[in-house]
Amino acid sequence: MSPRLCSLAPALGAVAAGVALVFACGCSTVTQVGGIMGQATGVVSADQAQAITKSAQAMEKTFEDITPEQEYYIGRAVAATVLVTYKPFDREQANAYLNLLGQTAAQFSTKPETFGGYHFLLLETDEVNAFAAPGGLILISRGMVRCCKSEDELVAVLAHEISHVDHQHGLKAIRKGRLTSALTTLGAAAGSSLAGGQLAEVTKAFEGSIADITSTMMNSGYSRTTEFEADKGAVAIMKKLGYNPAALVTMLEQMEGQLKADSAGFGKTHPAPQVRIAELKKVIGTEAPLQPASERQQRFQKAMGGV
Amino acid sequence: MKERSKRWLSLGLILLAATALAAGPVEMSVQVKSGQVLETPSFLGKVVARLNYGDRIQVLEQQGDWSKVTAPDGQTGWIHSSALTKKKIAMKAGSQNAQTAASGDDLALAGKGFNSDVEADFKAKNRNVDFTWVDKMEKIKVPPEAKQQFLKDGGIQPAEGGKR
Repeated sequence: MSPRLCSLAPALGAVAAGVALVFACGCSTVTQVGGIMGQATGVVSADQAQAITKSAQAMEKTFEDITPEQEYYIGRAVAATVLVTYKPFDREQANAYLNLLGQTAAQFSTKPETFGGYHFLLLETDEVNAFAAPGGLILISRGMVRCCKSEDELVAVLAHEISHVDHQHGLKAIRKGRLTSALTTLGAAAGSSLAGGQLAEVTKAFEGSIADITSTMMNSGYSRTTEFEADKGAVAIMKKLGYNPAALVTMLEQMEGQLKADSAGFGKTHPAPQVRIAELKKVIGTEAPLQPASERQQRFQKAMGGV
Repeated sequence: MKERSKRWLSLGLILLAATALAAGPVEMSVQVKSGQVLETPSFLGKVVARLNYGDRIQVLEQQGDWSKVTAPDGQTGWIHSSALTKKKIAMKAGSQNAQTAASGDDLALAGKGFNSDVEADFKAKNRNVDFTWVDKMEKIKVPPEAKQQFLKDGGIQPAEGGKR
């Protein structure tokens, strides 16, 4: 993202530092502060709202307070921002098949109902890459599709991304201080709509949040633990759905070969395929990969053959 | 003996209170843009009603991740619980943004947070960010029957019927 967006950081740094201690303790206090924050965001006075939002406990509540609707707007802007760097691959048949497979798989996640639903789109790039924007907008590169030799392997890739959405990994990448400024503004706003200056404040926090998420997804990557969590979630989805989760392993083996030639994308942001496979084997055992059924293989080839 | 009967009495009272709380439907709101009520607690079931964002529904019972509900039009069926919230959602007059109403513990950050106004402001300030394809991909909606047919054609048998 542009450096302009990052300039918010120092201003929020002080606030963030003040609450770092509380965050280190985890999220267990979230419910306790629920009532307090509730008052702050409702019809109470601006003074009260500000006093509370300044507190460390209030900070924790901000993440919990991202409603599905707000998650949806964050996700839209994240996807649009990723699409500035990666152009969409405009092939109707391939994208239709991707959505058929992906939207079917998403029903077997833990939170199948998101505000705007799950939608999938191919990216033009040869880079091995995939992005899961909050709320369920999922972008998959052609390079990633080429790591898949079957529908079962492609559904494994999609299930991994769905799992990122399910666990709200994108939202968790938002810097802790970011939402507080927005909340302070919102708490201070008495009316139902924001005045010009207040809107600008909230938009600033919004821009910052988008920058946090996209830079994590595109540059730094999530932590290994986060990726393993997404892999485990993918296995769970595949099992419920009725596909053999071993396809995730065979896909990763193929990815290993692809990544040697191209270290951008997943090579940079994800743990090495061998490391993920080792973790996965603890969860799925040593089931034999499912032989591709002719019908699945046929439709996969038809839709994705030329991708 | 006296001590024991006292204990039974208090246990009875607790049970009675719990039953009183559990009895009667619980009112909840639809927190997704468009919700579907199904005939059975499974995505493989038939859609019997559609719900809109903010609709208030009565939850009659729960089974795993599914809630049996009565829709505003009186239709009864099942909806995945991830589509529901205990919060009240009031639509802001003259706007497509929702506002979450304040009432006791059910209170939440008002929907005046990140919404379409903020997105419009974001777009104005970031002209290089194009939402055209985001809007396009959101329009790709696979109907429930197509999903079921897709699974069937592929010889895929969901392990849990999407029930949980």
